[in-house]
Amino acid sequence: MLAATRTIPDVLVFVASAAVILGGAVGVVVARNPVHSAINLIATLLGVALAFIEQSANFLAAVQVIVYAGAIVILFLFVIMFLGVDRKEQVSIEPLAGQRPMAVVAVGVVTGGLIALMAAGGWYSGAHAVVAPTDPSNDVGVLGRSIFTTYLFAFEATSLLLIIAVVGAVMLARRTPDADDAVDAPADVDGRAEDRVEDAAPGGAG
Amino acid sequence: MTIPASWYLVVSALLFGIGALGVLVRRNALVIFMCIELMLNAANLALVTYSRVLGDVGGQATVFFVLVVAAAEVTVGLGIVVYIFRARRSTIVDDVAEMEG
Repeated sequence: MLAATRTIPDVLVFVASAAVILGGAVGVVVARNPVHSAINLIATLLGVALAFIEQSANFLAAVQVIVYAGAIVILFLFVIMFLGVDRKEQVSIEPLAGQRPMAVVAVGVVTGGLIALMAAGGWYSGAHAVVAPTDPSNDVGVLGRSIFTTYLFAFEATSLLLIIAVVGAVMLARRTPDADDAVDAPADVDGRAEDRVEDAAPGGAG
Repeated sequence: MTIPASWYLVVSALLFGIGALGVLVRRNALVIFMCIELMLNAANLALVTYSRVLGDVGGQATVFFVLVVAAAEVTVGLGIVVYIFRARRSTIVDDVAEMEG
């Protein structure tokens, strides 16, 4: 389908984005150091942003880079460095015997089934332009009008969600004097890490 | 823009599979969170693709909300990781097995 109108640059951009997306994703899973996983995650997120631009979702591509690569991954890196867990994970021990082969088989079956199901259904079907028709030259305007009219209630609900998330993160990360006694901390004897983590709450993502 | 939707949907399915595999095999809570982000991105890619081929901006609006939910999820999730790390000195999920189940 659409074979006649497909051009070489389009295919090249698609292949580049797919390679960056899948290569980064494999890197996230196989990297033993959490920092390397986070760097590979950035590659995947930028590849997804490239795929968004290729499909005329320019605003979402910008948001993808700013929010995901700029805020969420930085928050991951911040927590990794904050906790000092940037060590290599011990991968030789397999706590649950046969977990990895079974996981690979299960994921293979699910992914293969997903692709087969989509292919059997003709990849996509349904009514066109129900909410509002897209306009590749004005995707910000169309998206903004849709969010502030059709999805206004959901948009307002997200503001509440973000406030709850920030308050919850602050409450979780806050260190109260009572919590020191309640929490069973075997490495509490030196008290070194406790003084260091006093005020820094990882609630800056919202 | 003329790439068929099926190509993107296959990439999206593969990305989702890799993310699910990571959640199943990794033991570091932080890496498990990153793999959840991979799965959310796979869903976003599929939504944008459907938005393009159906000419409906609803898919893009949904991606917008998924981004907000992902930000909230990471904020609270990492707060929980920090809290557990203080109690257990570890971010390995197997170390948090108090119920011995």
